[in-house]
Amino acid sequence: MSDKFSRDVLKIDAEAESDRICARIRELLAHTLHRRGIVIGLSGGIDSSVTAALAVRALGAKRVFGLLMPERESSPDTLQLSGEVARSFGIDTVLADITQMLEAVGFYQSYQAAVRNVVPEFNSQWKSKLVSSGHDEWNGFTFFSVVAQSPSGEMVRVRLPHRTYLEIVAATNFKQRIRKMIEYYHADRLHFAVAGTPNRLEYDQGFFVKNGDGSADIKPIAHLYKSQIYQLAEFLGVPEIVRKRPPTTDTYSLGQGQDEFYFSVPVEQLDICLYARNHGIAAEEVAQATHLTTDAVQRVWQDIDRKRRTTRYLHLPPQLVSDVSEIEGL
Amino acid sequence: MSELKKRVRAFVVSNFLLGDDNGFAEDASFLELGIIDSTGVLELVAFLQQDFGIRVEDQELTPDNLDSVSSVVSFVERKLSASGQNS
Repeated sequence: MSDKFSRDVLKIDAEAESDRICARIRELLAHTLHRRGIVIGLSGGIDSSVTAALAVRALGAKRVFGLLMPERESSPDTLQLSGEVARSFGIDTVLADITQMLEAVGFYQSYQAAVRNVVPEFNSQWKSKLVSSGHDEWNGFTFFSVVAQSPSGEMVRVRLPHRTYLEIVAATNFKQRIRKMIEYYHADRLHFAVAGTPNRLEYDQGFFVKNGDGSADIKPIAHLYKSQIYQLAEFLGVPEIVRKRPPTTDTYSLGQGQDEFYFSVPVEQLDICLYARNHGIAAEEVAQATHLTTDAVQRVWQDIDRKRRTTRYLHLPPQLVSDVSEIEGL
Repeated sequence: MSELKKRVRAFVVSNFLLGDDNGFAEDASFLELGIIDSTGVLELVAFLQQDFGIRVEDQELTPDNLDSVSSVVSFVERKLSASGQNS
């Protein structure tokens, strides 16, 4: 066997890892969280599907409750795929379309008004998404542009000034926060815990909304690289249609890959770059394994370090002026 | 200290450090000091465009141009010079 650095370093014993995670889920629920089961929002993506499968394996299907929470801009695939996952694992679910709640908080109006700052003709008939400047060739600061598509198919791309960028992000975060509010409603009603579904890339790089999808009582796969989650998915019997689906944010009305919005290179390359960063592998070896240039690997690592610093706020609990030590260690 | 440098530094201290000037050097990296993140860069660009009447292009959003007081000052001076304005 060669010692050459390759993607093989991310290979795991899927059965042993599943057993380890399931034992930990049972332990945390019984002895730390004191809850009787798990509520999970199902998106039809690989991460929530694997988390649901692990929860069922750990606790049995009766102790897992799934939520399907599309809105009017969700991909049509979302409901079909998440329903298929629930059926595969025998999970009870409820459908909670969040469109009316988003209307009530003014999301669609706020979002459209913000985009009209830079695309004056934008209206509800148009589709749009945010895209990042970050990619392996770009050595500058990350900035974001809105890409808007008119009803006739014309595409417009405009860099966002900071106020407009913040308005769009703030409005869009309603989607994740409303979903989390519904998850906690059902968790309270059932005396269950809420599972978060980030993979290691998302958790490490701060790709989540604080008090939105970042909020949870347990995050069973946050330590796993994305390719390891695909290995678990295959072992756990996650439907093939879900395993073959490209990662998507399913947040904007135009289809958007995670690497367009947040990550500098496709997830399968970033996975290996992150592993290498964490284990002190030389950039030249990573370049060979990922088919990136050595310079590009260095830029990806700089981006990883920068995102760790700038998203630290997302991981922080509320900051106190003085310790309240009496509640520690209970 | 030039008037331009004073205005840039005053903006950075006021906006990012909430008025608490810790004496950072003029060529100290905003990124390395943790003073500015990507949102902060957009705020800095908005300030430069509004206060100095320059247009910052996408390809100019780099650390070479915007990662310290001195690099920002040089960048603004180049932009003003190219457009025939003075600071």
